[in-house]
Amino acid sequence: MKPAAFDYLQAATLDEALDALHEAGGDARVIAGGQSLVPMLNMRLARPAVLVDIMRIEALQKIERSGGDILIGAGVRQAKLEAWPDLVDRLPLVAMALPWLGHVQTRARGTVCGSLAHADPSAELPLSLIALRGSVHLRTKRKKRTVSAEDFFLGMMATDLAEGEMIEAVSFPARADGTGYGFNEIGRRHGDFAITAVAAVMTEHSASIAIAGVDDRPRRFDVPLPGNSGLDDALNEIAWDLNARDDIHASARYRRELVRRLGRRTIEEAAACLA
Amino acid sequence: MSRLNAHEKKTVTFKLNGLPVRADAESRMLLSDFIRHEIGLTGTHVGCEHGVCGACTIQVDGAPARACLMLAVQAEGADIRTVEALSPGEGRLSTLQAAFKRHHGLQCGFCTPGILMSLDALISARPDAGRDEVRDHLSGHLCRCTGYVTIVEAALSALDEIRREVKSNV
Ligand SMILES: Cc1cc2nc3c(=O)[nH]c(=O)nc-3n(C[C@@H](O)[C@H](O)[C@H](O)COP(=O)(O)OP(=O)(O)OC[C@H]3O[C@@H](n4cnc5c(N)ncnc54)[C@H](O)[C@@H]3O)c2cc1C
Ligand code: FES
Ligand code: FES
Repeated sequence: MKPAAFDYLQAATLDEALDALHEAGGDARVIAGGQSLVPMLNMRLARPAVLVDIMRIEALQKIERSGGDILIGAGVRQAKLEAWPDLVDRLPLVAMALPWLGHVQTRARGTVCGSLAHADPSAELPLSLIALRGSVHLRTKRKKRTVSAEDFFLGMMATDLAEGEMIEAVSFPARADGTGYGFNEIGRRHGDFAITAVAAVMTEHSASIAIAGVDDRPRRFDVPLPGNSGLDDALNEIAWDLNARDDIHASARYRRELVRRLGRRTIEEAAACLA
Repeated sequence: MSRLNAHEKKTVTFKLNGLPVRADAESRMLLSDFIRHEIGLTGTHVGCEHGVCGACTIQVDGAPARACLMLAVQAEGADIRTVEALSPGEGRLSTLQAAFKRHHGLQCGFCTPGILMSLDALISARPDAGRDEVRDHLSGHLCRCTGYVTIVEAALSALDEIRREVKSNV
């Protein structure tokens, strides 16, 4: 249960990190909060030749407004976002989801962008980003690009990140007037990975839900308004549309039932915070 | 940029329980092993080494964190506290430790150092904390002996005592 040997580079600037990733190519991994990567190193599920530590890069430590978005740098730890005084006002959905992300002890180290890069299918932050239709800002030594959440998450722990590329920051769209949000999760214990988690976003004229823990990545769907008789049918179709699987935690059937029931409850809660 | 090649060693320096420490580490050495084997403080326990059990929990710059999920080299310059920091003097127990003893908050004691470090951080940050916050902090720990009830009671009793002390000092 000890990591295999690796070269360790502590970057002081973003350019240094990008140079190091460029040179090492596919053998390099970014290390941010280490809360997912170090367990994989310890179990030798990952054996990178080079680790590039980005946590001492000053430029990546920012939480700031950028137009209608909240821009969060790759060095921002989950606990720092949780303590950000504007969180409940600007990103109410993220404020609801964060307490479910692991434990106080893992949020103290883990980063917001690290959770996105890790792309666990039941993770709360990828779910929130999909629900809010946010985007990630990616960068290599040569090129910068912005990818929508929808295009970023490709599957079970698979993302659109290319070799030598890292997440520089993430943009979460800030709360818009006249919008309500809901979040619910069912897990074995609080702080465990979700069996199913649901996020809902409502306005007077539209409703959508996003679901984690069922398919191989978080997915978002437009649904009828809760007053509409079509909602239950729509949720049922979504439940069958997601490729629910059996595992040791829950059956596929149980997960589909959670999509129907938790889906409705979460939409109703989002509607209630609209009123 | 600082670079440490595989199999090479580097001197790591940080503050441990108020005093500066230094020792050599390879890049792959975990902070938990560094503290136990290089520094020689074995109060920090190691259970699962993948972040789940919480036995290795220490405080890094005031916040509780898993020592098994940090590399020793990442601790450079940090302010770290382990369970050895809690006792106010030889043979004496802190308020929290005494409450654990009084309420039977431990049996085998394997989980105890990590739990004490999480609860000590909670007490310092939020002396007004109640049952929900205590349980939330304990969710990051596994105890196979007590069933947690006595641990929650011990934590609430220590919080009570500390609030009373603060009141009588003003
Ligand atoms: C006990 C426990 C419980 C947990 N429970 C949950 C939970 O309920 N929900 C949940 O979502 N997570 C959970 N996690 C994982 C969460 O804590 C991690 O913080 C998160 O998944 C990864 O973030 P990190 O900063 O720690 O990344 P790291 O562990 O440092 O990295 C994870 C991966 O992302 C890559 N990476 C990191 N940053 C970047 C970047 N900027 N650019 C490109 N690649 C990058 C790394 O190379 C690595 O592949 C849990 C972890 C533990 C130990
Ligand atoms: S040994 Fe670190 S969490 Fe179990
Ligand atoms: S006292 Fe034995 S594991 Fe907690």
